[in-house]
Amino acid sequence: MADRLLCVEKLVRRFGGVLATDNLSLEVAKGELHAIIGPNGAGKTTLISQLTGQLLPNSGTIRFAGQDITHLPAWRRSALGLARSFQITSLLPDFTAADNVALAAQAHNGHSFHFWRAARKESQLRNAALAALKRVGLEHRADVVVSKLSHGEQRELELAVALATKPQLLLLDEPMAGLGITESARMVTLLQELRREVTIVLVEHDMEAVFALADRITVLVYGRVIASGAPAAIRSNEEVKRAYLGDQHVVTRHG
Amino acid sequence: MIASLNARTALVALVAAGLLLLPLYSSITGNIFVLTLFTRIVIFALAAASLNLIMGYGGMMSFGHAAYLGIGGYAVGILANEGIGSGFIQWPVALLVSALFALAVGALSLRTRGVYFIMITLAFAQMAYYIVSGLARYGGDDGLTIYKRSDFGGLINLSSRVQFYYLCLACLFGGVYLIWRIVNSRFGLVVQGLRSNEARMQAIGFPANRYRLVCFVIAGTMCGLAGALLANNTDFVSPAVMYWTRSGDLMVMVILGGMGSLFGPVIGAIVYLLLEEALSQVTEYWALIMGPLLLLIVLFGRGGIVGLLGRLSRG
Amino acid sequence: MLLVVEQFLNGLQFGLLLFLLAAGLTLVFGIMDLVNLAHGSLYMMGAYFAATFVAWTGNFLIGVLLALGATLLLGIVLEFVALRHLYGRDHLDHVLATFGLILFFNDAVRLIWGPAGLALPLPAWLTVPIQIVPGVFYPAYRLAIIVVALAVALMLYIVVMRTRIGMLIRAGASNREMIGALGINIKLLYTLVFGLGAALAGLAGMMQAPILTVQIGMGENILILAFVIIVIGGIGSIRGAFLAAIFVGMIDTLGRAFLPDLLRQILSSTAASTAAPALSSMLIYLLMAIVLVVRPEGLFPASRR
Repeated sequence: MADRLLCVEKLVRRFGGVLATDNLSLEVAKGELHAIIGPNGAGKTTLISQLTGQLLPNSGTIRFAGQDITHLPAWRRSALGLARSFQITSLLPDFTAADNVALAAQAHNGHSFHFWRAARKESQLRNAALAALKRVGLEHRADVVVSKLSHGEQRELELAVALATKPQLLLLDEPMAGLGITESARMVTLLQELRREVTIVLVEHDMEAVFALADRITVLVYGRVIASGAPAAIRSNEEVKRAYLGDQHVVTRHG
Repeated sequence: MIASLNARTALVALVAAGLLLLPLYSSITGNIFVLTLFTRIVIFALAAASLNLIMGYGGMMSFGHAAYLGIGGYAVGILANEGIGSGFIQWPVALLVSALFALAVGALSLRTRGVYFIMITLAFAQMAYYIVSGLARYGGDDGLTIYKRSDFGGLINLSSRVQFYYLCLACLFGGVYLIWRIVNSRFGLVVQGLRSNEARMQAIGFPANRYRLVCFVIAGTMCGLAGALLANNTDFVSPAVMYWTRSGDLMVMVILGGMGSLFGPVIGAIVYLLLEEALSQVTEYWALIMGPLLLLIVLFGRGGIVGLLGRLSRG
Repeated sequence: MLLVVEQFLNGLQFGLLLFLLAAGLTLVFGIMDLVNLAHGSLYMMGAYFAATFVAWTGNFLIGVLLALGATLLLGIVLEFVALRHLYGRDHLDHVLATFGLILFFNDAVRLIWGPAGLALPLPAWLTVPIQIVPGVFYPAYRLAIIVVALAVALMLYIVVMRTRIGMLIRAGASNREMIGALGINIKLLYTLVFGLGAALAGLAGMMQAPILTVQIGMGENILILAFVIIVIGGIGSIRGAFLAAIFVGMIDTLGRAFLPDLLRQILSSTAASTAAPALSSMLIYLLMAIVLVVRPEGLFPASRR
């Protein structure tokens, strides 16, 4: 029980008449790479948002490292070691790549009520930023303004920003969305490296990547968990196959 | 990029030089009016710069910033009225009360965003206006005359027009310098990041409202200083200085000059007030021209004057 | 006791007037996402038009109707010429542009009608006190305001909730692109909605005119109250605006009427007379502050997080 890093119990979230999260329960063990899959509209992003604190559930509990974080604001969860990348790229467009990552490092490096010294000259922040950028292969684009980066580079930057907060748990919301074949492969390699250092929850549509990476897979349909377990078991699960029948998304390769 | 930087730098250098040499020009030509006019402009430039900190850099559209002009002014006026003429007491009080008001208003208003925030800051500023209008002891609606300017002992004589002008200019340059340092500090980057993408900033671990509140208080305090200067300049303070249309004036100055640029508000203040002055010489109904002009500026002038310069140099 | 009933009705009347003003503002904001500071100017124009037309025709009702039409027309022209270019822009742009319009209107009024205000005298049949309950008299005109405002509120409710146009309005508030895709003339819809908002503001202005004077800048003071109401009631919610407006109208009127006496019980006479007017004015804002602390989205928001 001690190595359950994330424990979600009977989570419920409604939007007006729509039940987006339907009594959802989930466990993520420390050190594992846990994938969450499901057809569009299954409530995957809603789940992630409740885990990170952008949304509050109507009922249910979320425990992280033994602590009840259900009603904690997003920034506190980040301080506890929960990091997230966004499905729709959410960066600071007017800042450079390095600035984006440095800010993430800054958030976890003492307080920011310093009013005089130029933050961009702080070597430890700059070094931390460059290190994270190096991890995702973007150090040569460090001083490029985000709005001028390609879509693929922005997805990689999302990951670098999450990494810079030194998380215990990384929640990745479709990191490979819109990536080409080479970029996707690079991302998969990167995740293979990262999984050794940090627990990862991965929401993805790219089935090849999911089955290559995941230790365990949870399948979501209409906000409910219909199956959860090892990849082999999920692959042969009848209900899962039915849920995907007729669905357009099945293993579409990009590019 | 280099070209646009040069055009901007040139303008800023020109303006700074002009402001520094103005008293010389005034004494040579004997034109005192231009000195008093520009003293007022410099004070409003400081107020606009403080508003730019929260609006341009912080993304907080406060429609109640003129309240601090009033608070700073009344701190000086009320203390002077009660026999406390020393600037060493009046001005710190002005700053303190401005800070406290900003703290209270900010703590409440920052629970909201967007248009709500605009409306609420507006409402609180009007509340301050009504409170001050109700102070019968200090002139109420008619305002309060200040018979003697703030006394700073032998340090500086505020009754001398030239000395007072340079004091205001020093406050302006000091204020702009302070803003420059703040904006590039850890704190400033957080505030700018919050303007850019609040969800992202919360996700990486920054409690948004705390930083915004501190920024709000700094801006309010700086404007309180401008208020103290303004009261000394006019030897008078009245509720009218904090009426909400004055807050609108400040916003126009910031946007006209170019939001989020360091010298934008200074240039905006100069242009706006000179325009107002020029138009009122021409016609009594200058707002008939100014009104639609503002509309046109909004529709066609993105980024203000500083932005325009950038575009002109590039293309 | 009589005083309480009278002040209660005054509060109701004031609240209903505020509702008319706030309803126009929240309609325009909810549907076109437009922050219109010049809404107060339309309120002012309504009053000026009414005073002018009533004096010109010599008949109160005809003058008021003409003024209503004139304000509606003015709103439509304003939308067509200036405001429609602001749709989709940053709210700050709206604030600035409409702020410019306020300056323009104030000076235009000064140019056309002069700096002194106007008066709008009531016809004899509206000045008689009416006995609503045995022994309690209330001015006919104020009763008329209550009746008219309630009727308009009811009409608004029926139109927005029960008619096809109202459905388009409500749908437009939640999904503009879809409405456009349905082939409805969005531009016309927006213009009409804005005209409606203008008419509501103008109506409020002209109804209030005989009680207060008609003067430059009258719109600005009351616009702030409309903002406070929208904040308390919740943006996009007409029901919220209605309840908040009544609430605010009551608190403001009753506060101003009874607070001085209440204070005199607690404080010394001089302290009470200095504090009372300031406190009465502040009451509404204190209320708004409390609502903000407890429920930042307003009491009846259209949507919840």
